[in-house]
Amino acid sequence: MAWFRKDRKARTSSREKLEIPADAWDKCDECGHVDLREKFDRALQVCPNCGYHKRINSRKYIEILTDPDSFEELFENIRPVDPLRFESYADRLVATQKLVGMADAVVTGAGTLTGVPLHVAAMEFAFMGGSMGSVVGEKIARLTALSLKKKVALVIVSASGGARMQEGVLSLMQMAKTSPLISQLRDQGIPYISILTNPTTGGVSASWAMQGDINLAEPGALIGFAGPRVIKQTIGQDLPKGFQTSEFLVEHGMVDAVVPRSDLADTVARLIRLMQRRPAFEAVD
Amino acid sequence: MAFGTSWGLNAYGWFGRARRIVATAYNLEFEKPLLELEKQIAHLKRMARDQQIDVGREIAPLESKLTSLRREIYDGLTPLQRVLVARHPSRPYTLDYLDLTFTDFIELRGDRLFRDDPAIVGGWARFRGRTVMVIGHQKGRDTKENLKRNFGMPHPEGYRKALRLMRMAERFHAPVITLIDTPGAYPGLGAEERGQAEAIARNLEDMASLKTATIAVIIGEGGSGGALALALADRVMMFENSVYSVISPEGCAAILWQDASQKERAAEALKITARDLQQLGVIDDIVPEPPGGAHADPEGAAEALSEVLARHLADLDRVPVDRLVPLRAEKYLKMGQFTED
Repeated sequence: MAWFRKDRKARTSSREKLEIPADAWDKCDECGHVDLREKFDRALQVCPNCGYHKRINSRKYIEILTDPDSFEELFENIRPVDPLRFESYADRLVATQKLVGMADAVVTGAGTLTGVPLHVAAMEFAFMGGSMGSVVGEKIARLTALSLKKKVALVIVSASGGARMQEGVLSLMQMAKTSPLISQLRDQGIPYISILTNPTTGGVSASWAMQGDINLAEPGALIGFAGPRVIKQTIGQDLPKGFQTSEFLVEHGMVDAVVPRSDLADTVARLIRLMQRRPAFEAVD
Repeated sequence: MAFGTSWGLNAYGWFGRARRIVATAYNLEFEKPLLELEKQIAHLKRMARDQQIDVGREIAPLESKLTSLRREIYDGLTPLQRVLVARHPSRPYTLDYLDLTFTDFIELRGDRLFRDDPAIVGGWARFRGRTVMVIGHQKGRDTKENLKRNFGMPHPEGYRKALRLMRMAERFHAPVITLIDTPGAYPGLGAEERGQAEAIARNLEDMASLKTATIAVIIGEGGSGGALALALADRVMMFENSVYSVISPEGCAAILWQDASQKERAAEALKITARDLQQLGVIDDIVPEPPGGAHADPEGAAEALSEVLARHLADLDRVPVDRLVPLRAEKYLKMGQFTED
C-alpha cells in the first residue's frame, strides 16, 4: 500500500523564532493580563488592560513628581533607634534596611516640577508596611518646617498601615508633632497637597494624609481609619463592595479627586501654580 | 442653681453618680486578698454589733493591714493589671469628675453637622470658681448606657462636637480641659463613611492652633488616635493607673504573635503606664490615685485631679496667649527618638 503513503516531514516553522526572555513579561495582579514588562513600565505600572495601579516604590514617586535631576534628598541621615527596646525590633530594622535599601519608611527632599520648586516626601510601604515611627515623623516635620521657612509647596505621598507599634506611644506622638506645622502651612497659605496611595490607613490617614489643602487619591487605593479586617470583626458582617476605596472617599467628600498615576505630575504641577498666593488686598483708609 | 440642677439631672438621673460607683465590685484577680480582709473586718464588725462586744483592738490591725496591702498591691501592678484597673467598670468617668471636681456643668450637645455623639460629652463648667470648657469621652455604667455611649468609642461627629466646643472656649478665652477615656475611635461603617480619619486629623490640626490654654488628662484608657484626637494639649497628664497606648495589648499580641493571649507580654513591651510615659517625655505629670485605685475612692481621685489641674492652670495662666501656640508646637517637636550622624 505504499502508493498512498506520504513522507511526513517534521513540521518546522519557516519563521525565525522570536527570542523573548522569560523575564520580559509581566502580569497584572488584578485581571491577570499578561503583557511586555516594558509596557507596564511605560505606563508607570498601571495595567494597560484594566487600569489597576500596581504598587510602586517611594523612589518612583519622587521620579514622577520631580523634574529629571532636580531632586535633592534631605534628612537622609536621620536613622531609627529602638526607644522601647521592643522585642526583636532592632533586628527587624536591620533586616528591613538591608532588604529595602532605606534607613526608614520615607524619602524626603526638594526639587522642581515643571520648573516650580516643591518639597516632596514619599512613604515606602515595603519598609515595615510604611509604618510611622519617630524617623518618619521627624523627616515629615523637618520637611514641613522647611516649606514654612522657604514658602515652598509641600507634597506628601502616603502609603502606610499606620503607626509603628514597636515604638509605642512615641509613634502616636508623631501625629502630634507634624500637625502643628501643617496647621502653620495652612495659616500662611503655603500649598500642601496630600496624595493617598494604596493603602493609607490608621495614624497616617488620621494625620497628614487627611490634612492636605488638596487630598488626591490614586484609583482603587484602600483609604480609611480602621482596616477592613478590624471593621469586619467589629460589625460581624462583610463590608459593602468598594468600601474604603478612593472612589468611595471622593463620593463621601473626604478627598478632592481620584487621579490616575499618569496624570499625577501634571495635576500636582497645575494645582501648585494655581495656588500661588497673591499679595493680600491692602485696605486703604 | 436650680438651672444647674436640672442639667445635672440630664446627665446623672435623680441620684448622684458618685453614690452609684462607690459600691465596688471586686472583679480583679489581684484584688482577691483585699476582698478576704474586707470580709473579715465586716464579719468582726457584725459580731461586735450583734453581741455588744468591743472588737476595736482586733479590727484596728486588720484595717491598717488592709491599707498597707492595698498600697502594696497597687504599687506592684504589672502593666496588664493596670490596663484592667483602667478599664474597671466602677472607675470614675468624665461625668463623675464633672460632678466631683467641677461645678455648674452645662452640657452642650451636637456637632451642628450630623448629630450628637453621646460617646463624648462636653460643656461649660466651673473649676474652683473660674469658667472652663470640659470635654471628655464617656463610657456607660451598664449595658443600656453603654449601647447609647458606644462604650466610649466616638464617631466622627463626636470629635467634631469636641472641636466646636474648643473653638467656642477659644472665643470666650476659657481654658479647655479634656478627660480621655476610650478604647479607641469606633471602627464601623458609618464612622468610616463620615470620615473618622479626617475628623481626628482635623482635631489634631486645630488643637495645635487653639489660642487658649489646653490640658488633657488620661483618666482611664488612652486608646490610640481616638484618644490623641482630644489630647494634643499644652499639658498632658495621666492618672496613676491609667494607660495610654498606640494599640491595645490584645491587638498588638494578635498582630505580632498571632495570639491575643500574649497580651501580658505586649502590655509590658508597649510601655503604656504613666511612669513609663513620663520617662519617655510623652506626659508632663501624673495624678496620684488613692490606695486601691480611683474606683475605690472616687472622691479622693477627684480631689487629686483638682490639685493637679489647679497647679497646671496656674502655670499656664502665666503664659501670654500668643505664646501658647508656638510653645505647644515646640513641645511636640521634641517627641520621638532617632539618631542623626
